[in-house]
Amino acid sequence: MLAILLRRLYQAGLVLLLVALVSFSIFRFVGDPVDNILGQEATVEDRRELIERMGLDDPVAVQYVRFIWNAVRGDFGISYRTAEPVSGLIAERLPATLELAFVSAMFALTFGILLGIYTAIRRDGFLANLVMTVSLIGVSLPTFLIGVLLIWLFAVELGWLPSFGRGKTVMIGSWETGLLTASGLKSILLPAVTLGLYQMTLIMRLVRSEMLEVLRQDFIKFARARGLTERMVLFRHALRNTLVPVTTVAGLQLGSIVAFAIITETVFQWPGVGLMFINAVYFVDIPVMSAYLLLVGTLFVIINFAVDLLYLAIDPRIKDDHLKGNGS
Amino acid sequence: MKSAAPKTRWQRFQESDFIFDYRHAPVTIVASVVVLVLALTAVLAPLVAPSNPFDPASLNLMNGFTPPMEPNAFTGETFILGTDDQGRDLLSAIIYGLRVSLFVGIMSVMLAMGMGVTLGLLAGYIGGWVDNLIMRCADIQMTFPSILIAMLIFGVLRGIIPPDLRDEMAILVLILAIGLSEWVPFARTVRATTLVEKEKEYVQAARLIGLSRIQIMRRHILPNVLGPVLVIATITLALSIIAEATLSFLGVGAPPTEPSLGTLIRIGQDYLFSGEWWILLFPALTLLALALSVNLLGDWLKDTLNPRLK
Repeated sequence: MLAILLRRLYQAGLVLLLVALVSFSIFRFVGDPVDNILGQEATVEDRRELIERMGLDDPVAVQYVRFIWNAVRGDFGISYRTAEPVSGLIAERLPATLELAFVSAMFALTFGILLGIYTAIRRDGFLANLVMTVSLIGVSLPTFLIGVLLIWLFAVELGWLPSFGRGKTVMIGSWETGLLTASGLKSILLPAVTLGLYQMTLIMRLVRSEMLEVLRQDFIKFARARGLTERMVLFRHALRNTLVPVTTVAGLQLGSIVAFAIITETVFQWPGVGLMFINAVYFVDIPVMSAYLLLVGTLFVIINFAVDLLYLAIDPRIKDDHLKGNGS
Repeated sequence: MKSAAPKTRWQRFQESDFIFDYRHAPVTIVASVVVLVLALTAVLAPLVAPSNPFDPASLNLMNGFTPPMEPNAFTGETFILGTDDQGRDLLSAIIYGLRVSLFVGIMSVMLAMGMGVTLGLLAGYIGGWVDNLIMRCADIQMTFPSILIAMLIFGVLRGIIPPDLRDEMAILVLILAIGLSEWVPFARTVRATTLVEKEKEYVQAARLIGLSRIQIMRRHILPNVLGPVLVIATITLALSIIAEATLSFLGVGAPPTEPSLGTLIRIGQDYLFSGEWWILLFPALTLLALALSVNLLGDWLKDTLNPRLK
């Protein structure tokens, strides 16, 4: 058990260092940092002074270590475009993205599991078939089109929901939240559904096929024979056995939610880190791009690591297999 | 079961399982017709399109925002799909946009395929540290969604090329970004097949008569891994088209001077609130028809070429 844990930790660390290396290379070698900060008209003394101060003539390995050390302390350099510290920009915008990701993940999980169970037990029902067909269309639509179509329907035609921004927000400490006001909650609905729709369909289809598989097995018949209520059978016995694959997919999809938030945030002008990243790509704001890569990379590594650990917690059989595999 | 006369290659092809399957899959026939029509329209754009949307002389601002199939209030001209804000004929803009979308899609798949197949063959045939290096890179890249990687490569390439060339080279940069983000599935499949093939007798025989490694990989193993590669290429084409549309929609793809379908949808979104729905709807429908048909073709190919499902 501990051996598995340590090995995974070691692998995760290695990937992190690699992500940091890519991020550092972008930061250091794409465009000339000195030109970008001082502009073309800088004097030779100014340039030399800046190179000295940033340590740009040190060996590359030293600069790499310094880059990681700075990143760990939350210093990602200065944005070329706004001349503000990148860490401040990120801190300001991260709550918006995290709230959006959280709400859409909740949406995807809740509706994915419920609809998955429903379509599995009413296998040939009209409504279940309808849900399955609609979900197929939902998967084939690109994210940005879903967003645009939702805006068209709910903001333009019906006028029920706002089409951009976060609505009214409240500060809790340094966390700017939109989840406590009515307009904030209304604003998050469309982006969250847009972002979570694909994941919801994925989870729904997975739960459905796993449920169909499990419901056929003997222990379900036995549970019914014991006279357990249908609810007990479905939720305590059947659903529980579908959780391993669902956790994997849901966990790994959490990363995609963060990545696809870039698209959703642009469609809905949601002021999160994704929108910041797209603007950075457009204006070639290298420090912001490099910081975003490092941030998202770290997040992905943590998610993968956590999913691995969750396996061990949910399914004791995996632990046994590993022990047998290691010959102990 | 002997046939009287030896059959030509074409006859044998017509009687193959492949064609039999195709004839019995109506959805696939429709999908392939849609793809064919769209591709032909894109290739023959200058002949098919009613006007050239890039020729400023043919534009009349008075024609702006003409609804589909209705004569314009000022000039009396009628446009099948209406016009956009600049008075550009939407049908022509879509046909030329389709051209950009398909070109970027196909070129980036070629790039991904070339890179993936080469690296997969090397990893599978040579093995050892080469294999390790290539496949670990693939693993790490697979952790991140390819659209994110494409955006990142796009940004980095934009940083490298001088600012005054950015619009001119945007299409090339787009192809590189999408192509480099999608090589992993090719490499993985080719590597797996190569590992199986290289143990077979014909490869041993080829080694025995002293062929070089490169010759064995290219002439003997490569033809045997092409089936699955074709399937992945088709599915990747659908992904590439959507990735291109997404990047262009976000404003980090095709430049305004060479709008792709994604760019047109981006323009259309601006006029959603003022009621000019056609500027958004028709490019979106074209993109959907294209991506969905290519996807259906890919799915069918996957099922047909997979011996395990027979």
